[in-house]
Amino acid sequence: MNDKSITQVLVSIDSNTVLSGARQIKTKLITELSRQGISEEVRVIETGSIGPTNQGVVLGVFPGGELYANLTEEEIAEFVQERFVKGRTYQKRLLAEKLPEEMMLQEYDSRKTQYYGRIVLDNCGRINPEDIEEYIGVGGYEALGSALQEKTPEEIINIIQASGLRGRGGAGFPTGLKWSFTFKEKKYPKYVVCNADEGEPGTFKDRLIMEGDPHKIIEAMVIAGYAVEAEQGFIYIRGEYKLSIERLQKAIQQAREMNLLGENIFGTDFNFDIQIKIGAGSYVCGEETALLNSIEGYRGEPRLKPPYPAQYGLLQQPTLINNVETLANIPAIILNGPDWFRNFGTENMPGTKVYTVLGHVNRPGLIEVPIGITLREVIYDYAGGISSGEFKMAQIGGTAGDILSAEQLDVPLDIQSLQALGHNLGSGALLIMNDSISVAELLTSCMKFFAHESCGKCSVCRIGTEYLYTACNRLRKGEGYADELENMRDIATTMKLTAFCPLGQSVAQPVFSALKYFKNELSKSIKQNKKSFSPTREKNSKVIYYS
Amino acid sequence: MIIKDIVYKYGNKRENLIQILHEIQDADPQNYISKENLIRLSEIMNIPVSDITSTASFYTMFSFQPRGKYIIRVCGSPPCHIMGAETIFEVISKELKIAKGETTSDGLFTLEETSCLGVCAVAPAIMINDTVYGYLTVERVKEILAQIRKKEGK
Repeated sequence: MNDKSITQVLVSIDSNTVLSGARQIKTKLITELSRQGISEEVRVIETGSIGPTNQGVVLGVFPGGELYANLTEEEIAEFVQERFVKGRTYQKRLLAEKLPEEMMLQEYDSRKTQYYGRIVLDNCGRINPEDIEEYIGVGGYEALGSALQEKTPEEIINIIQASGLRGRGGAGFPTGLKWSFTFKEKKYPKYVVCNADEGEPGTFKDRLIMEGDPHKIIEAMVIAGYAVEAEQGFIYIRGEYKLSIERLQKAIQQAREMNLLGENIFGTDFNFDIQIKIGAGSYVCGEETALLNSIEGYRGEPRLKPPYPAQYGLLQQPTLINNVETLANIPAIILNGPDWFRNFGTENMPGTKVYTVLGHVNRPGLIEVPIGITLREVIYDYAGGISSGEFKMAQIGGTAGDILSAEQLDVPLDIQSLQALGHNLGSGALLIMNDSISVAELLTSCMKFFAHESCGKCSVCRIGTEYLYTACNRLRKGEGYADELENMRDIATTMKLTAFCPLGQSVAQPVFSALKYFKNELSKSIKQNKKSFSPTREKNSKVIYYS
Repeated sequence: MIIKDIVYKYGNKRENLIQILHEIQDADPQNYISKENLIRLSEIMNIPVSDITSTASFYTMFSFQPRGKYIIRVCGSPPCHIMGAETIFEVISKELKIAKGETTSDGLFTLEETSCLGVCAVAPAIMINDTVYGYLTVERVKEILAQIRKKEGK
């Protein structure tokens, strides 16, 4: 891959750019280059997301690292003429920012010099995700080889434990500990499940990891399988993620052909294979036990815990379940060691975190940063500031996340600092809002989501979500009852304490934080002279009240 | 494709029920799981109809009502909501003269609301069958509908 004398054009292919016609542009680019007789000198390379996500089709050109955005098909002929025949920059679509030189494709150069210090997304945008050779070219499957040939399962689990890696799906449970629980069970067969049911609104990090670097997930799953003595893996993925499914299927096929999946991997006596399971649209299936029910072909309702999946998981066998982003950290940790991993992030939560920054910011999209940076840094340093108006609030960690006000802008985003305030880090979605959105409006939208996604197994969640939705809707219209806010707090508290699974318990988060930081604004939505809430006064309500 | 072939392709095991249901639904020109297919599937897999119905109805992607050739799914989750998804929903509803969950009389479109599609960076977004459309405005939505109608000659 060492073609430094050759010009490289990186075409960013992900769901966002595909919508803007990236595939057609790539074809047109290749045609145009060969028409000019320079297809030998200029190489067109398909990669995952390379940064800007809201700017149409994005191209990177090396050497130089020029970044072009919003290119249209009509402009390609002119672009090729200017940039590659005449050798000048194409000013019309040139962005001010540049890609770092390290992103240029080259021979394997130790992962220790990754650009930006990325761990999870280091290959996204650098390699062609549909070509296993390119993944191997940047050091892929090396961690697997070293794990299988040089380390015992216990050693691997010790490395993961020493690294301090915590689950990135939302709950933040120490990964090494989870692995050791499954390892200890001596009941076979065991299973490894990758949770790719990314349903948390505002989160799409897993999608971009799977689209940009599917082999990393496969490599990590095989390592996990070896460490916990499992021989079968499943990837449970949302039915809506068509491109991710396609790329993972291709990656599994390629890995099988090279015997990185299958029998006697790396010449050892270890066997492992992976199957993809496609979901059918259910938020609660992101909860690990609900996910297991869904894989088994039942309603995706959560199971009672304990026993935990480590003891009785898929088909009642010991099962290890990890989120996509968590798994994506594994190969780098095995290769570089736990001490290296601890260079990133905080003492309590080492490593990096992938965030999706959304809403009223200038550059919405995906970032990977060391854990512990503040919301202010995310908004103003990475996302280009607020797009219009003033910063008002941010909801962190998706719909089940806390709503923070301007006063919390300087709180470090790590589990410990947030827990001190009673908040969670969640899945990595950061929804930034300006003053055009009212708190009641945001809450209504969140509660509508929960009322729809509540699975109905426990009544607290089924009735509670519906009640909170109608209450928030009243506030949104400025028709709240005199005791509306107290009632909301009561219901949310009940749900937090008694709901069956994390879905129902987490509904309380946005309600509590909104009441904590925006009580004044919400109080204004109480209708003047309106009476207290009484069930008989509510007509056409879906909630049945017993009094 | 007949039901037996689909079951045979995945294997007659409960674990494969959801994938089998997906394929049965996709194979139907009206994009749904019909009562006849349900009964046939029940016989082949030896699972009671009530059990399959209970499972399938749990998931939003399955339908027991005939649906249009094009299923429009409008994202209603907060990231799209704050960028104006409600307006997009109303425009489509008005343009096609159907409410949530309904199908146009020509059998072309079904309008549904969905949870997060995972393309929040391009909000507000909708999904029509397998294609996602982002950065929507009122004009753009009308344009998309017109294009489909033109393609179908209606």
